Amino acid sequence: MMEILDILVSATFWTAVIRIMSPLLFATMGELICERAGVLNLGIEGIMVVGAFAGWMAVYSGLGLWPGVAVAMLSGMAFGLLHSTLTVPFGLSQHVVGLGVTLLATAATYFTYRLALPQVSSPPRIQPFTEWPVPVLSEIPVIGPAVFSQTPLTYLAYAVAALTAWVLYRTPLGLALRAAGENPAAVEAQGLSVVALRMGAVILGSGLMAVGGAFLTMSAFNSFFFEMVNGRGWICIALVVFGAWRPGKAALGALLFAAFDALQIRLQQTGLGQHVPYQVFLMLPYALSILALVVMSRRAEVPAALMVPFNKGAR
Amino acid sequence: MRLEPIPNPTLGRRLGPPAAALGVTVLFAMALAWVAGADPLAVLGLIVKGAVGSKFALLETLNRATPLIFTGLAVAVAFRAKLWNIGAEAQLYLGAVVTVLLGTGALSWPAPALLPVLGLAAALAGALTLLGPAWAKTRLGVDEVVTTLLLNFIVLLFVSYLLEGPMKDPMGMGWPKSRRLIAEARLPRIVEGLRLHWGFALALIAAVLVWLVQTRTTFGYAMRAVGHNARAARFAGIPVTSVTLATALLSGSLAGLAGFSEVAGLKGNLTLDLSPGFGYTGIIVAMLALLHPLGVVVAALFVAGIFVGADSMSRAAEVPSYIADMLLASALLLVVLALPFTRFRLRWR
Repeated sequence: MMEILDILVSATFWTAVIRIMSPLLFATMGELICERAGVLNLGIEGIMVVGAFAGWMAVYSGLGLWPGVAVAMLSGMAFGLLHSTLTVPFGLSQHVVGLGVTLLATAATYFTYRLALPQVSSPPRIQPFTEWPVPVLSEIPVIGPAVFSQTPLTYLAYAVAALTAWVLYRTPLGLALRAAGENPAAVEAQGLSVVALRMGAVILGSGLMAVGGAFLTMSAFNSFFFEMVNGRGWICIALVVFGAWRPGKAALGALLFAAFDALQIRLQQTGLGQHVPYQVFLMLPYALSILALVVMSRRAEVPAALMVPFNKGAR
Repeated sequence: MRLEPIPNPTLGRRLGPPAAALGVTVLFAMALAWVAGADPLAVLGLIVKGAVGSKFALLETLNRATPLIFTGLAVAVAFRAKLWNIGAEAQLYLGAVVTVLLGTGALSWPAPALLPVLGLAAALAGALTLLGPAWAKTRLGVDEVVTTLLLNFIVLLFVSYLLEGPMKDPMGMGWPKSRRLIAEARLPRIVEGLRLHWGFALALIAAVLVWLVQTRTTFGYAMRAVGHNARAARFAGIPVTSVTLATALLSGSLAGLAGFSEVAGLKGNLTLDLSPGFGYTGIIVAMLALLHPLGVVVAALFVAGIFVGADSMSRAAEVPSYIADMLLASALLLVVLALPFTRFRLRWR
C-alpha cells in the first residue's frame, strides 16, 4: 500500500499521467463530436494510425513540427471525408463502414511505410516536441510540473477539450450539431443541412483523432512502429460512453484512465510485479474500460439519433 | 441527393453494382502497383499466379481459407442478427487454448473419440467468450462492438501469459509456445500426400449447416427477423433476448472452431502468431459474401487467394504485401457502397 501512495504523490507520476492522457483527449473529443452529431466513427483506430504515421513522416521528410501536425490532421480529415460520404448521404451501416475505414487506413499506412522505407529494420527517430514550461504556473508544486510543464501538443489538447465543450454548449453551431444527433428532422425544419453538419462533424472529429495519433510519434515515442496505437482508439470510444457524451466528463474519464494506466506501469516495478505476471497489469486498462462501459451504459443518455441515418423526406 | 427504390430490380441490376465494385477494386490494385513503381499488369499476374498458379499455391490458398471460412461464418451469422461481433480473434484464440489444453496429453484417447471432443470444447470456449458481451448487450445495454474489441486485447495478453507461464513448452528453447499436440489430436490430411487437412472439409460442412439453419429452421428465421427489425420481431412474439444469446453462442463457437482447426490441422501447437488477424479479416469475408453462409466459402477463397498471392508477388516484385490488406479493405467499402444500388437508384434533387 505504501508503495502505491509513494507513486501517487510523486510529480513524475502525474507528469506521465498527463502525457498518457493527451492523445486520448484529442481522439476522445474527436469521437465525441462525431457521435453528438449522430455518427459512430469506428474508423478511429485506423485514423489514429494514419495520424501517427503522417505526422512522423512529414517531420522525417523535413517539414517542421507544426506543419507535421497539420499534415496529420489533414490525413485524418481525408479518411473522415471517406467515412462521412459513405455513412451520411448514402446512409450505409456505420459499423461496417467504420471498421472498413480502420482496416483501410491501417493498411494504407503500412503499405506507405514499406514503400517509403523498404529496408529499415528499426524506424528512424525524429526530433520531437520538447517540453515548454508555462512561466509561473509550472512552479506550483506537483501540479505545476505535471500540468504546465508539458509539450505544446498537450496544451493544444487542453484547448481542444475546452473548445469542444464551449462550441457544443455555448454556440449556435454546437446547438445545431447536437440537434443533428438528437432530432435531425427538427434541424432540417430550421433550414439547416443535416448532411453538412454531420459530414463536417465527422471530418473535423477525424482530424482530431489523427492529431491524437500524431501525439504518439511527435511527442511521446519519437518514432513510428506498427501496432503503436494498440487499441487506444477503441478505448476512446469507451471513454465517450463513460463520459455520457459530455466533453467535461469524457475528459475526466481520460484523466482517470491515464492515471490508472500510469499506475499499472509503475506497479509492475514494485514488489507486486514479482508475484503477478506483467500481462495482468497490461490487461487492466482494457478491463477497466469494459467495466466503465458496463457501469455507465445503464444510465447514459445516448444521442437519440446516434447510428440512425437521416433520409430527407422519409417518414 | 436521395435514393429511390426500384420496384422489381432485374438480375443485371442486382449483380451489376457488386461486379462494378470488384472491377474498381482491381483498378485500385493496379494503381497501387503503379504507385509502387511496378508494372500493374505484371503485379496482378503475379498475385493470381501466387494464389492458384501451382498445386502448392492452390493448397496454400485452401489452407489459408480454412480459418477464414470459420471466422467469416462467425461474423456473417452475428451481423445478420445485428449482433456486432468484432471479437472473433479472441474467440479463435480461446478455442485454440482449449484445444492445446486437452490435446497435449490430458486426454489420451484414440483419435475418433478425441477429435470431436476437442472440436466441441473449442467451440464451447469460443461461444462462452462471446456470451459475456452478448449478455451485457441484452441485459445492460452495453454496446458489444467495444466490449468484443477490447476483449481481443485482453485475450491476447492472456494467451501471452499462458505461453510464457503455465502452458509454456519446457523443450521450447525459451520461445513462448505451447507443447505440441499428441498424434491422436491432429486432424489428418484429406488426401494422403496433399498438404490439406480435414479442417477445410469441416469448414465446408459448417457453412452448409449454417445455411440450412438460417434458411430451413424457425431459429434461423428468428435470427433474421431480429436482425431486420428487433422491435417488430418482439411484437411478433419472437424472444429477442434469447435469440440474440443463441446467435452469440453459434457465432462464438464457429470462431472457436477456427482456433481448433488451425492448431489441430495446421500448426500442431499454439503460438502468439497463430492468427494474423483472421478474426478481423472474417469481417471482410462476411461482407464480401453479403452475409450469405455459402457465399462465405467463395469469399474466403478469394480473400485467402489475395493474401497468398500478394505474399508470393511481394517476393518477386518490389511491392509491399500490404497491398492485399488495402485491396481487401477497399473491396469491403466498395461492395457495401454498391449494395444500395442493387435496390435503389440515385436521384440528384
